[in-house]
Amino acid sequence: MNAKSLISITDFTKEEYLKIMHLAEDFEANPNQKLLQGKVIATLFFEPSTRTRLSFETAINRLGGKIIGFSDSSSSSVSKGETLHDTIKMVSNYADMIIMRHPMEGSARYASEVSSVPVINAGDGSNQHPSQTLLDMYSIIKTQGSLDNINLFLVGDLKYGRTVHSLLMAMLQFENPIFNFIAPPELALPNEYKIHLTSKGIRYFEHAEFTDIINAADIIYMTRVQKERFIDPVEYEKVKNVYILRNEMLKDTKENMRILHPLPRINEIHTDVDSNPKAYYFTQAKNGVFTRMAIIAHLLNLK
Amino acid sequence: MEKHLQVSAIKDGTVIDHIPTKALFKVIKILKLEECIQMVTFGNNLDSKAMGTKAIIKIANRFFADEEVNKIALVAPNAKLNTIRDYEVIEKRVVDTPKEIIGIVSCFNPVCITNAEKITTRFEVISNKPIAMKCFYCEKITNENEMLFY
Repeated sequence: MNAKSLISITDFTKEEYLKIMHLAEDFEANPNQKLLQGKVIATLFFEPSTRTRLSFETAINRLGGKIIGFSDSSSSSVSKGETLHDTIKMVSNYADMIIMRHPMEGSARYASEVSSVPVINAGDGSNQHPSQTLLDMYSIIKTQGSLDNINLFLVGDLKYGRTVHSLLMAMLQFENPIFNFIAPPELALPNEYKIHLTSKGIRYFEHAEFTDIINAADIIYMTRVQKERFIDPVEYEKVKNVYILRNEMLKDTKENMRILHPLPRINEIHTDVDSNPKAYYFTQAKNGVFTRMAIIAHLLNLK
Repeated sequence: MEKHLQVSAIKDGTVIDHIPTKALFKVIKILKLEECIQMVTFGNNLDSKAMGTKAIIKIANRFFADEEVNKIALVAPNAKLNTIRDYEVIEKRVVDTPKEIIGIVSCFNPVCITNAEKITTRFEVISNKPIAMKCFYCEKITNENEMLFY
């Protein structure tokens, strides 16, 4: 189909990333712009995701659009056995844009082929969640003033964490990134990414310990170490408390360093960090609304 | 000369030689030779200087376009094709791994949408030897030992 969709972070060029950043800044300054007046946006959540859905729906409301859709597949015709193909075909007749989350990987790419209107992937299994990456980038540019020359520390589940992989791929578009990976061996970054970094001549360092090496960071990107990723529960018990960020660890970090987390957090950031000005994760979530307004406006050529 | 004795010669058609013995029936499947109404003869576990043992297929009165035959590169990357006219080899070809594989292999990822709905699979070949292919939909990489043919 011809409509421009956002399925993977690599669907956008560097110029588009920067345009989204500028639009997000504009929407943050003027959050109520009725660009979607008279338009209907479908939010199809085949699996529940309250945080992402509310963020998108807030973005649509702020833009003055109307919302149709469902928040889990039991309240849709999927429960009657309708295929994704038919659901998307039908909804693209009703709405001007489809925002979807689906448990099957590749579902959003397939939907974009079937749909006559733009599709935004709000998560397809463990594959892609590009609006999260764009809001991460917006949080970085807002706090660091640039996406170039960023020393990024990625911590936790680097093996399965889709937000980590997407952020890494997006940051490669910018000048001189440095990556530091902190993860247990069971959850280390997959080799394919390391090979990719090496082939591009990008500097990266791997650490199994979470120590004062973080003092060099511009951004610490924390992720959850998920119990279900471990085959052996004993292995999980061994590492679950190794990657906890505590306030005392931040005392010698850069003044301008900020801590990001895609949320929800379990225990990997101690609550004593929350009051530290370097804790940015809740503002990061707020940035998500402006970033999603920017994505919608860009894909529908409203800005 | 011994090859003529092992699998009888054809007057016109195509001989596919140097197929790994384990790949013979996959090649037959990929080229849809079970549907072919022409004479198809094949031999397996034949002696080969280069491979130890090999398989060979002879298809009478069938000629293949490159893009058709390149699909077998997934399982027989060193296969050689001889085009036969009046018992003479008039052309020799090797197979090239295509850049894109459409509709031959299933995605190994059980939660890929292509395994849930009726979708023709599409892969980008990211490595030739050994073969590795990236699914256009779920973006996961299927390796040579994980390939499942339709």
